[in-house]
Parts: sequence; structure tokens; C-alpha cells
Amino acid sequence: MRYRPYQALGLFTVVLFALVGTGLLLPAWQFLTTVALAKGMAVLGLMLLLRTGLVSFGQGLFYCLGGYAAGSLGQFWGITDALVLLVFGVAVAVLVAAILGLLMARYRDIFFAMLSLAFSMVLYGLLVKSQMLGSTDGFNLATPTLLGFSMGGDAGSFPLYVMACVLAWLAACGLYLYMDTPLGRLSHAIRDNEIRVEYMGASVYRAIYIKYIIAAALTGAGGVVAALAVGHIDPEMSYWVTSGEFVFVAILAGTGSVLAPFLGSIIFEVARSLATQYSPDTWQMILGVVMLVIILFLPGGLWSVFAHRRREPS
Amino acid sequence: MSHLPAVLADGVFYASWLFLIAVGLTLIYGVMRILNLAHGSFYALGAYAAASAAGAWLAQGYAPFGSYAVLIVAAVVAGCVVGPLIERFLLRYMYGKDEITLLLVTYAVLLIMEDAIKLLWGVDSYFLAEPYGLLGIFEVGNLIYPVYDLALFGVAVVAGIGLTWFLQYTRTGKLLRVVIHDREISAAMGINVSRFYLLTFTAGTVLATVGGALTAPMISVAPGIGIEVIVLAFAVVVIGGLGSLPGAALGALIVGLARASAVHYFPAAELFSVYLVMALVLIFRPRGLFAGAEVRKI
Amino acid sequence: MRFSIRQVARAAALGVSAGVLSLGLGTSAMGADPIRIGVVTFLSGPAAGTFGVPVRDAANAVLEEINAGKVPAPYATAGFGGAPIEFTFVDEAGGTTKQVTEFRNLVEQKGVDAVIGYVSSGDCLSIAPVAEELKKLTVMFDCGSPQVFEEGEYKYVFRTGATGTMDSVAAAMYLDRRGVEVNMYTGINQNYAWGHDSWNDFKASMDQLYPDAELATPQFPKFLAPQMGSEISAIMSSNAEVVHSSNWGGDADTLILQGVPRGLFSKKRVILTVGEPNLAKLGKQIPDGTIIGARGTFGYFAPDTELSRWFKEAYESRHKIQPTYPTYKMANAILGLKAAWEKAQEANGGKRPSQDQIIEAFEHATFEGTGGEVRMALGKGHQAMYDTAYGTVKHAEDGSVQMADVEHFAADEVTPPEGIKSLDWINSGFKN
Repeated sequence: MRYRPYQALGLFTVVLFALVGTGLLLPAWQFLTTVALAKGMAVLGLMLLLRTGLVSFGQGLFYCLGGYAAGSLGQFWGITDALVLLVFGVAVAVLVAAILGLLMARYRDIFFAMLSLAFSMVLYGLLVKSQMLGSTDGFNLATPTLLGFSMGGDAGSFPLYVMACVLAWLAACGLYLYMDTPLGRLSHAIRDNEIRVEYMGASVYRAIYIKYIIAAALTGAGGVVAALAVGHIDPEMSYWVTSGEFVFVAILAGTGSVLAPFLGSIIFEVARSLATQYSPDTWQMILGVVMLVIILFLPGGLWSVFAHRRREPS
Repeated sequence: MSHLPAVLADGVFYASWLFLIAVGLTLIYGVMRILNLAHGSFYALGAYAAASAAGAWLAQGYAPFGSYAVLIVAAVVAGCVVGPLIERFLLRYMYGKDEITLLLVTYAVLLIMEDAIKLLWGVDSYFLAEPYGLLGIFEVGNLIYPVYDLALFGVAVVAGIGLTWFLQYTRTGKLLRVVIHDREISAAMGINVSRFYLLTFTAGTVLATVGGALTAPMISVAPGIGIEVIVLAFAVVVIGGLGSLPGAALGALIVGLARASAVHYFPAAELFSVYLVMALVLIFRPRGLFAGAEVRKI
Repeated sequence: MRFSIRQVARAAALGVSAGVLSLGLGTSAMGADPIRIGVVTFLSGPAAGTFGVPVRDAANAVLEEINAGKVPAPYATAGFGGAPIEFTFVDEAGGTTKQVTEFRNLVEQKGVDAVIGYVSSGDCLSIAPVAEELKKLTVMFDCGSPQVFEEGEYKYVFRTGATGTMDSVAAAMYLDRRGVEVNMYTGINQNYAWGHDSWNDFKASMDQLYPDAELATPQFPKFLAPQMGSEISAIMSSNAEVVHSSNWGGDADTLILQGVPRGLFSKKRVILTVGEPNLAKLGKQIPDGTIIGARGTFGYFAPDTELSRWFKEAYESRHKIQPTYPTYKMANAILGLKAAWEKAQEANGGKRPSQDQIIEAFEHATFEGTGGEVRMALGKGHQAMYDTAYGTVKHAEDGSVQMADVEHFAADEVTPPEGIKSLDWINSGFKN
């Protein structure tokens, strides 16, 4: 596994500037890309778990928690600072993951997937029941601010777009560096053969627990950004179909690189927007066929088209 | 309390319906190790096919009792067309892959079928007004129930016993159990595993479509009914144990009674009671209440 | 510069094709630029059959009639003040994030002049701030949540449909006016915001009108529940005499299909606050005595005016079935916009009005709708109010459905006044 931190981080920075620049040139696409990057962060968290051999069908739980945490802070305590909302959203997601992870880390395969789905649906049920939180209508978020400057409204969608880009960049860099630490490399080892990892002396349980929390943090952050961008949250964020969408994008993108989830997410959002405009009656079918094609012919996802590699670098 | 007979009746009727919906899912998993997310779409397909066919039958003025046969026939035909099609032309190429990949393949099939159904039947809702009330009513306590619910219970019992008998006592059934137990050895012994897979998947599909068909007289068949049913079927199957037939029955009974009790005594809990039970079972008996220990292959 | 390459290319293409068209085809009956309106409604999913598709059909019917100048006075001018109107339809299915994206596409990429639509309250709540941000005139026509204007103030957003509060309030008042004795009542509503809100409104109203009546545990089956057996059993085994339900579409059908054989509708008096659209298909199954609402004086309750006759004829002649209340509301949204547009145009000396001028004309306007007069009297002139009615099902000898014992409710009786939240108003005893 070739690990070239300087080159990789340099590449990510170039991509960051390219994204910001493109956003300036094509302002009509800023909103879509902000949401795509937010969802990309959720998919990034999912990718970490995928590399460890676990598929979570319930990332929507943390996505929703992040969004509702940020929304509640604004709604009930009047806080609009985007960084504060972000930190709080991630903190809530991490807290819940720290508790659930104790349980989840013991399961694998289908059972991990099912349990994660069950928990996300429990949250969904709780939110629908909660009239204070607006039930299925959800509620709106106030325009976020950053150090006193407005991030929306008259300022347009650019400030939030830049925030999403920077966050995505931080997440990508962070995860890239993480994958080279001993704990990070353990992911692939666990996916290959858990028993051997145990024999080596590492704790599989602890490794999975930590990765579960990291994935939750990333997804929660994504939820906060998405909530701020759309300006509205509702329980749909925790519904299993939302989690299924993350899984779809993860498969579409492949696990080849930390950039893949973002690329895949952007492609997915653009494709879906175009498909619903021009083929509103068959866009789900198109999505399904694309997924099958990728699984059959491109098991490494779209990224493998770029990377020309069978094995995964970081 | 005076609610008890109602709770029991409601619970049992709901459980019969759940069992019919879920049994195909558990069968397919048990034999082929595929958790079929498209199961909900097959259910929807059966409901639409039955609603159209029986609707046409009744509109023509034919004998109303014949509509029941039409329901079942339409569902069986739909299942026998779609099941083998998907198995032969899609799943066959995926058998080597791991369970999660297969799960995603079935998710893709779900997406495709949702739109296919919409293209075939449009977005209007279909319904059948007569068959539900046709068999008359009966009383439990002082509550009126349609005999149809009792008939559904009967069908569920017959289906459960029939399938169990099939697996235990017929030659094909025994061979199927061998395939369930160990695919490689079965193939090595000369059993045509691929034909069994086709048979099983078709049977599972038909069970789903028939489940949908029998539900059609009770609901408005509209887009989205498949999606709502999947997670419920999953919960039932997981609680009872993936791949276990008696497990599906027990799971259905537990969920049915839990929900009926919740509705009568504690309505606030109804919405997520099912998922909570599912989570609890996964935590304490992950293999389900009926499944045995699985041997780990290193 | 806010123009993307895409927009420049599109503008060029439009320019060329417009030039070619006008050369080749000569001028159309109306020589003005068309007015482009985005129409958002459910074209897929469970709401499509009840709301989306009939609404789209109605919109198309009204568009044809308007462009041909065949609408009765005061809407007789062709198009909007002489300019033809065009619709771009967008599917409302897919969740709020998707709707916000589509709304932005309509405004920023397709450059529509206005947006009409939205049935789902969640979508209305999330779109309203975006409409303000993008400064685009948006007319909401059906969503019921009072929150939009009770908890927000908008310049660019209008709603020509009344809130859901009046439906359940009028239901309780209907019982009172007809002298129905109620010792115990209950409800079966969908387990989501609409069902919760409707039930809360009804319960609060009953607390005012029938203070001694007791409550049996209300039921909340989940949205699109295939099985309501347990809930129906719970209701049947209670002593409730009246059952309130705001179920719509498939859930109303399921309640009827599963409830009728079990005597729910014959042993109890069931109120279907939005049951009018279900009468078309399931009318024969619903026993006499069921109380039906139509979210306003629409459908069976429509007054016999030239406009309501025109609309009914326009819809029926094209689609062979009777129009239901969502279609009336869509027609109202279009007509309301037309009225405001033309009023602004007249004030502008006959020239095409600016968006601000249209908004000024729309605020506090009163216009004639397909179900009677519509007054934009709430939400600082942005929220409509109008009369409503309830009736009881009675089958004629030939089996067809008729409405008997119809009671009208003036808008002021059933709608909270400006500045007061719905539940507060009800709990104050409907004080105006």
C-alpha cells in the first residue's frame, strides 16, 4: 500500500481550490454541491466501516441526530453560529455512537446491518411521535452565522458552500492520515480475517468500536451541514431509505480513495436531479440498473475507473 | 380486562397476515442466504395483479366467490413469471458473492420493480370492495370481525403446516434441507443445486405475491405499499430466526400480539414497538429465537 | 456575473428558436411573451392518485381555458392580461431536500415567473424561506399546516388554500349544530403531523363545545398502514359514539374497506374531515350517516355560481370524472394569481407588471374562486380564508351518493383571526 501523505494532501488541497473556484463560476450549482458534499461526508463514514468489512444500513441515525441537534440548538436556544452548531451536532452523534457502539461492535455482516437499521428506525419512530419537534413536518433552521457574518439569506449560498468544501477537505485529509496509523491499517486486516488479528494481539472489538464512533462523527457533521444548507430538518433523515441512499453512493463510488465518496455523491446528486427532470417516471429504475451494472462489472465502484488498481490504496 | 379477547383476536389475525408476508422471505434466506429486499415489491406486484384481475372479474359481473380464485391465480402467475426471470437472469451471476453484495443486488431490484409497477399500473389506487365482506361476519365478545380474517388465519396455518410437511416428509423437501445445510456437499453428491435455487426463489416470490393478493381486498393498492411492508417482514423474520419456518410463525405471533397490546393498552408505543422488539432480539439472541448455533468456518 | 455558461447557451438557443418560430408560424393569437409558471405536485408515490394527478389534470384544463379566454368574468381576459401562460410540472415526491433542490432549479435554471404548488406541509415549511431567499413569487395551494404564517412572515409567499384548522373545528361545530348527542368520542388519524394536528384541533374544539363529553383513547395507525384491524377493534370496543378521522387517500380507503364490514360506520358516527375525494370510488360502500368534509365549499358543497359551473364542466369534459377538492384549490391558486396579475397590470398602465407590483396587488385581495369568495385576509394579506361546509352521506334510491343535512360555516366562525395561533384561539372559545 503506497502511502504518500504530502502528495495526497497536496492533491486534496488542489481539489479544494478547484471546487471553490467552480462554485464561483457556476453559482446555480452551489446548493446542490453543498448538499452532495454533506452527504459525501456521511458516505465517507460509511466507507470507513466498509473498509472494515461492515455495512451499516443505519447511518441515517447519526445524519438525523446531527441535523436535529443543530436545529434544536437554534430553535430552542437561539444559537446560530455555524461552528457551534457543527461541534454540538458532532458531539451528540459521538455520544450516541459511544453508547450504541458498545453493542454494535459485537456484530458482523447481516446482523450489524439489521441492528443499525433497527436503531435508525427507532429514532424515526420517536421523532414522528414527537409533536414538539414537529413530527413529520420537522422544523426550519434559522440562517446560520459565522463569527457574526450571515451564512445565508442575502449572503447567498456561497459561504455555506465554502464551509462544506473546507469540512470535506478536513475530513478527507483526516481520514487519509488516519488510515496510515496502526488502528487505521487494522481495518483491512479485520476485513480479511478477524481471528488472525486477535492472534496478533490487537483487539478487534476496540478497533471496530472506535471506527464506529468516527463514522458517526463524520455522518453527524454531514447531517449538520445538510440541515444548514436545506434550512429544514425532518424525520425522513433517519428513515431506512436515506441510509440506503448512502449505501448506494458508497457502492457507486467504491472504497478506493477518500475522495471517492465525495465524487460519487456529487455525481449521484447531479444524475438524480437530471433524471427526475427528464425522466421522472423511470429514474428509480435507472438508479437500480446502474447499481447492478456497477456491482457486476465494476465492483470497485467508479473510482476503480480512475485508479486502475485492484487493491486499495488509502 | 374486557379488551383481552379483542387483543387476542387482533393479535392472531395480524400475525397470520404477517406470517404470510414473511414466510417467503425467510425461506429464500434459509436456502439461498439472500436477504431479499425486493420482497416488498413482490408483495406489491401480487397486490396490483390481484386487484386488476379480480377487479376486472367483478366488473364483468361474474360470480363474486370466483374472485378469490382469481386473486390467487393472478398472484401465482405474476410470481411464476417474475421470480424465475430474476433468478435466472440476475441472481445466478451473483451466487459467489457475499451476503451484503447480494443484499444490495436485491435493493437494486427493488428500485427497478417500483418503477416497473408504476409504469404498468400508473399512480392511481386500486381497490376491491366486495371480497373482504363477502364471506360474512362473526363475533368475538361483542366485536364484529369479517370471516375473511378467519379465513386468512386458516390460510396461514395451512401454509405453515404445508411447508413444514413438505420440508420434512417429501423427497424434494428433504433434498432442499440438504442444500440448506451445505451447498457444496450437496452439489458434490449430485444434487442439482441450481435447480433448487430456482425452485426456492420462485416459491418465495409466489408466497410474497400471494401475500399481497390476499391483502388487496383490505387496502387501497397504491404506490408505496411495498416499501412500508419490507421492514415489517424483516422484523418478523429476524425475531424468529432467519431461515427458520417455525421461527417466522413465532416471530409473527410475537409482533402481532405486541402490536395489538400496544394499540389497546399503550398506543404511544405502537410505531416503534416493532423495531424495539427487533433490536432487543438482535441484542440478546442475534440468530433469532429459533435458529441453532452456527458453526464457524475458519 | 450570475450567468453560467449553461444559461448563456440556453438563452442563445431560445433566442434563435424564438426567431425561427415567429418567422415560420406567424404571430399567435396573443403576441406577448408567455408567462412561465412552475407547478409542483405529487406525480408519484401514495399521494399521486388523490392529489397529484387530478391536480395536474385540473391545472392543464384551466390553462387551456385561460389561454383561450373562455373563463367567465371577471377572468375573461385571455392568458394573464393577454400573455399566455405555460406550466412546467415538477414531482413533489422525494422529501424536503429534493424539493428545495427542485425549487431552486425552477427559479435559477428554468427562470420561472412564479411557482404554484405544494400539498405536503413539510414541503411548504421548507420551501417558504427559500422562496424568500430567492425572491420568487410562490403560491401554495393545499398544504394545511397553520405554522407557515403563524410562525413566519413572508413577502413572496402566498397561500390560497385555507389551513387545516378550520376542517376539524367545523367538524366539531357541525355536531353541535345538528344537535348530535356526544357522551364519548374518539379518533383514528394517521400517525404523522397532519393526523396529530387535525386530532388536536378536533379535541380542543370538542372541549369547548362538548365540555362534558369523555374521550376514548385515540388511535394513530401509521401512515399507509395495511392493517388497521387492532385500531378498529379498540374503537369498536369503546363506548365512543363519534369517531373523528382526517385520513386521506389510501388510508381513508383502508379505513372504509376494513371498517365497513365490521360495523364501524354504521354503529358509530364517523367524520371524514377530508373524505370528499374518496366518495367517487367508495361512495357506495360508505353507509348513510357518515359525515364528510371537503376542506371548503368545494365539490358537493360548491355554490352554484357561473365560475363553479365552468370549472366543473371544464374538468369533467376532459377527464370524465367529477373534480374533487384538491382540483378546486389548484384552480383557485391559478385564478388568484391571474386576478392579482391583471390588477397590477391595470395599475401599471396596461404594461406587464413587475413582481413587486403583483405582490402588492395580491396582498389583502379578495377574489372569486371556484368554491366561492376567497379573502387573503390573514398572514398580513398572504394567507387565504373562506367558508366551509359539512354534510352527511345519504344514498339516493339509485344508490348514488348525495349530501344531506349540509351546514355552512362562515370563514370567521372557523378560522383564527390574524396574529393568534390556532390552538390558542380554539381554547379561548373561538373568540374573534
